Parts: sequence; C-alpha cells; structure tokens
Amino acid sequence: MQEIYSSLQLAFVMIGSFDPDLVEIVMLSLAVSLTAVVISLVLGLPLGAAIAMSHFRGRGGLIVFSNALMGLPPVVVGLLVYLALSRSGPLGVFNLLYTPWAMIIAQAVLVTPLVTALTREIIEQLDSEYAEYLSSLAISAPGRLRTLLWDGRFNLATVSLAGFGRAIAEVGAVMVVGGNIDHLTRVMTTAIALETSKGNLELALALGVVLMLLALGVNLVIALVRPVDAAKQRRPVFR
Amino acid sequence: MRTVLRHPCLYLWFALAWPVSAMAEQASIIVQSTTSTANSGLYDHLLPRFEADSGVRVNVVAVGTGQAIRNAVNGDADVLLVHAKSAEEKFVTDGYGVERFDLMYNDFVFVGPLTDPAGLSGASSATDALVRIASSEALFASRGDDSGTHKKELSLWRLASIEPFAASGTWYRETGSGMGATLNVAVGMDAYSITDRATWLSFANKHEFQILFEGDPLLLNQYGIILVNPLKHPHVKAKTGQVFVDWMIGGQGQQAIAAYRRDGKQLFFPNAR
Repeated sequence: MQEIYSSLQLAFVMIGSFDPDLVEIVMLSLAVSLTAVVISLVLGLPLGAAIAMSHFRGRGGLIVFSNALMGLPPVVVGLLVYLALSRSGPLGVFNLLYTPWAMIIAQAVLVTPLVTALTREIIEQLDSEYAEYLSSLAISAPGRLRTLLWDGRFNLATVSLAGFGRAIAEVGAVMVVGGNIDHLTRVMTTAIALETSKGNLELALALGVVLMLLALGVNLVIALVRPVDAAKQRRPVFR
Repeated sequence: MRTVLRHPCLYLWFALAWPVSAMAEQASIIVQSTTSTANSGLYDHLLPRFEADSGVRVNVVAVGTGQAIRNAVNGDADVLLVHAKSAEEKFVTDGYGVERFDLMYNDFVFVGPLTDPAGLSGASSATDALVRIASSEALFASRGDDSGTHKKELSLWRLASIEPFAASGTWYRETGSGMGATLNVAVGMDAYSITDRATWLSFANKHEFQILFEGDPLLLNQYGIILVNPLKHPHVKAKTGQVFVDWMIGGQGQQAIAAYRRDGKQLFFPNAR
C-alpha cells in the first residue's frame, strides 16, 4: 500500500514538472490512439449503419462475427499487423514497421470492429423507432442513414469513447509493431511495461496514474461538448 | 454551423498532425537487440555518444534473442546485437548476416532468496547449483522464451544431465517473458533464477534477493554484433549499419562500453578484437 501512495505522489510530481520525456510519450499516446479512433469511426460508422439498415442472407452470421471481433486479443492483432508490415510481408515496401503509423494501423484494426458492432446496435434500435416517420416521408436510403447517424450522435460519441479506451489501454499490439523505441514509438503502456520489467514498480504505477488522468481528460472534453440534456433531445429531426 | 463546431470528431482530427511530425528525417537504423542490454541502460549511455560522432539515430527494438534473430531474418533490422553465439553463427552461415564480431561480455549469475533452501551458496559449479535445485525441488523461474539467457540455461541443464521439463508447472516454472519480468516473478514466489549480471545490478525490485552463485567459466555471457546482409534484404541500410558496427567494435565504442557503470560497478567488458 505504501507503494501506491508514493506512486500517486510521484505521478503528480512528474505531471507538475512537465518532464519533457513524459510529455513526449503522452503526446504520442494521444496522437496514435486518437488517430486510430478517427480512422475506426470513418470505417466503422457507415459500415455498422449499413449492416443495421440492410437485409440480406447471412446477415445474422455477419453480426455474430463482427461482435466476436470485439474480443480480438491485441497481441494477436499486433502479430498479424507485424506479419503484414514486415519487410518480408505483403506491405513491407511501405516501410511502416516500427513507426507510429504501424501502431495506428494496429489500434485501428482493434477498434473498428468495436465501433462497427456498437453502431449497428444503436442504429438498428433507432431505425425501428423511426421506421414509420421515415417511410411516411419516403426518404431515400442515404438520407435515412444520415438522419439516423445524426440522431444517434450522442450514443455514437459514447461509442468513440469506448473505442478510445480500448486503444489507449492496449499494450500487446503496439509493443510488437512499434517496438517500444525510445523517442520514436514509446507510448504510455509500453513505457509502463518497460519500467515494470526494470523493477521500477513505483514509476510504472505512477505512469499508470498519468494514463488514467489522460483518459479522464479525454472523457471530460467529450462530456463538455455534449449537451447535458442530450438524452432529452432525442427526437426525429429532419434536415 | 455551431453544432458542427461542437462535434467531437472535429477535435479528434487535430490528432492527425502529430504522428507526421513524430517521424524524424534524420538518418537512422534499426537495431534488434536484447532486453538485457536495453534494461541495463547501456544504450542510453552509448547511443548519444554514437549519435554525436556520426549524426545517425539508432532505434533499438529490445526483445528476446530468439525473437530478435527472427525479426532480422524477416529483414526488419539493419544490425543485430544479441547474446547466443551458436544461433548468431547460424544466422551468418544461413546468409542473413554479413559477419559476426565479438563485442563485449559479462556473466550470468544465480539469484535467489536469502534463505537459500537448496544451498546454492555452497555449490561447487554451475551444474552443481542446478543439481541442488532439482534434487531439493526448490522453485526455479526460467525465461522459457528462447532468449539468449534461456538458451544458456538450457545448455546448463543438459550439462547437468537433468531434464527439467518433466517438472514444468511444479518447481520448474517457465515465465515466457523478458529478464526483468522473470525476476519480478522469481522475487514474487521466492524462486531461484539465472540472470545476466547487468540486468541484475540495474534491477530495482530485488527485495531480499541476492546473488547466490557466480564465477563458473561456463557462465560467460558473450555478446555479438552483426550487420544484416544487404544481399538477402536489399533495403538494409548497409553503409550506415556498418558505421555503427565499426564504431562499436572500434576504440571509441569499446571505451564507452567499458566506461558504463551502475552504482560504481562495470556492467559490460569490451572484447572486440
């Protein structure tokens, strides 16, 4: 318990002193995970909404499959992305291994299924709620998609937070494809793993506290841009 | 418009600028290396000196020797710096490395709890130490990850004519992780372990653990350095990689290795010829 107390102290000392190494690691963690989440949203939102609104053979199977992908182990994703980006792999010519982009790709692979599956769930519910309005107005399919995504935006913001949580917290994938290279690909989680293996448990835990504050900060920002009465505003708005 | 400005996605896009700026334009090479050299802080001592001399940035990926060699075989390295001589020689004869040079050495030590239930402090040799552990069935934490340290440990068991895998999961415990992580496990369950001296001296979570056996010539820990062969992988930065290899086995690198201390103790002994 003494360790936890001194780790907390150490964490606040590190934050207060604006240690340049720590700032660099924090900024890279944020940049990598936020970029990965944005890519996942670009891919996952339309994909999830499309699955929600369509009817085709094998749809049930696809839904089970995309839900199962939410449980992809990060280290397996790391290995797959490593094999793809390795100089001996199919994408080796792009020379992306051991760069921040490799980490972004790996985290996007991790987060996209999560965004897809949760978006499908949200849009499907909204779609059945709005079914009568929308069909009475004879709105086209793309218009319908836009309406549903817009009206589900507050729930979808929560989805992006869940995705960010998965990205910023994982260590298995970025360790393999980033290589935990100092001043290049070292992020919060790999730094924590490194300090743990050096036996610097207090420093590792202090970094963990900083990581949690970081996640808290991102969630606060989202909470501030989202109206407090978001839940009450949920009614069909056509534009 | 106001609602668009308040959309969370807008703020997330600011993140995109960062990874681009994070990629430096400076000449750089990738060195696949071991956790022992990285965890001991050796690279933090050497690389700024090399960078000042050459202007080349060295990006170190620290994994177990087995994984480091595997990554280099795949072409994901310019230079390999590991500690498993026979595996390194195979790497070169298979055509993946240009030439292997001895770089530096230190030694492996047996560490364990102060109570020393197997009596390692009275052992006459490294193999005798293993015999004592096996016959008393004292807990032993093995790397179990095909690293250089793991290969050394397995060769010692063979020399002692003991087959520890039969006891896997009972007193013989394979952690399958790096040196520091394995030491954390050993300390956590009062198990003996074998570690390189550099990692041990710089390890911060020792608790009541100490070195219980050392000094057998069998426990030599030799590091080698190899340029990855550009004939196998044309993208290898052979010229820059060679500059690094030459610096490390040359006077400046060897002196810098000798000068590295932790708590006043020298961790690595240069021996390039």
